[in-house]
Amino acid sequence: MAAIYSLFIINKSGGLIFYKDYGSSGRMDTNDSLRLASLWHSMHAISQQLSPVVGCSGIELLEADNFDLHCFQSLTGSKFFVVCEPGTQHMEGILKIIYELYTDYVLKNPFYEMEMPIRCELFDINLLQAIQKDRVALLGR
Amino acid sequence: MIGVGKIKQYTNVLDKPLSKGKQEVSLSAFAFLFSELVQYNQTQVDNIAELERRLEDAGYAVGARVLELLCHRDKGNRRETRLLGILSFVHSTVWKVLFGKVADSLEKGTEHEDEYMISEKELLVNRFISVPKDMGTFNCGAFVAGIVRGVLDGAGFPAAVTAHFVPMEGQQRPRTTILIKFAEEVKYTSFCFTLGGHFC
Repeated sequence: MAAIYSLFIINKSGGLIFYKDYGSSGRMDTNDSLRLASLWHSMHAISQQLSPVVGCSGIELLEADNFDLHCFQSLTGSKFFVVCEPGTQHMEGILKIIYELYTDYVLKNPFYEMEMPIRCELFDINLLQAIQKDRVALLGR
Repeated sequence: MIGVGKIKQYTNVLDKPLSKGKQEVSLSAFAFLFSELVQYNQTQVDNIAELERRLEDAGYAVGARVLELLCHRDKGNRRETRLLGILSFVHSTVWKVLFGKVADSLEKGTEHEDEYMISEKELLVNRFISVPKDMGTFNCGAFVAGIVRGVLDGAGFPAAVTAHFVPMEGQQRPRTTILIKFAEEVKYTSFCFTLGGHFC
């Protein structure tokens, strides 16, 4: 049982730069994930405009019947979002941890080009560790 | 009263005690600076060997200065004149000042007499760096290799120093080994020293 189904990272212009699948069912091909990422980017932007609240920063949580979508936007405009099981707790914390890993292992890597797809071995390793740790904590509860 | 609590003024700069130096700097700041150093050098070269050489040269300048500073600060203006002395100086003193810890191991090469290896499970400069597959065996530890070469060269032990990734059994990440190969004349000098220096 996986609490997190998938993780997306999109750059400030809505391009998908990282995608990872953790669930066993409902895998997406590359085109679908790209489309979904840019769709979310536009929806997020529209929600900011439509919101009656002044200074709204966009959708943070989308709840559906069979999944929850938690989104975190960094100050530079990159968006991190996870699709997870409905009612999963502490996703904000996980997103913060993922953002931290991104700033450490992606932005401090001299071979990473900004706004381009993330291909960093250390980021993958540490991300997997963080997700697994979370899963263990979840089972223990 | 004016002047109370002011640091004592020295008329001669040479009388001033040498500061202990700042013990720690921000790792993030260093990582970003180092990343920029690599990126800048990448724009100046057209092959990986050249990039490695440029990083090594940047490290050499650091090494030469570190030797000067540490000899003055820690060793009362004396420097190591023996091969094993200078190697353990690099392995412990230099490493501690630069990276906050002693290097994981210092070994003698098995194949050649004049080869030594300093190994580090996770080199500080490589902490956040993932080298892309298409760059082959390139290692940013070339900078550290340059530092080691700078120290050794300054102390009178010219050597060729290179950095390599060595895969470890049961470990996801390879460790970095700094390979030191001393120049021919070093063998001769250390030989003289063992004879008490009478012939030199």
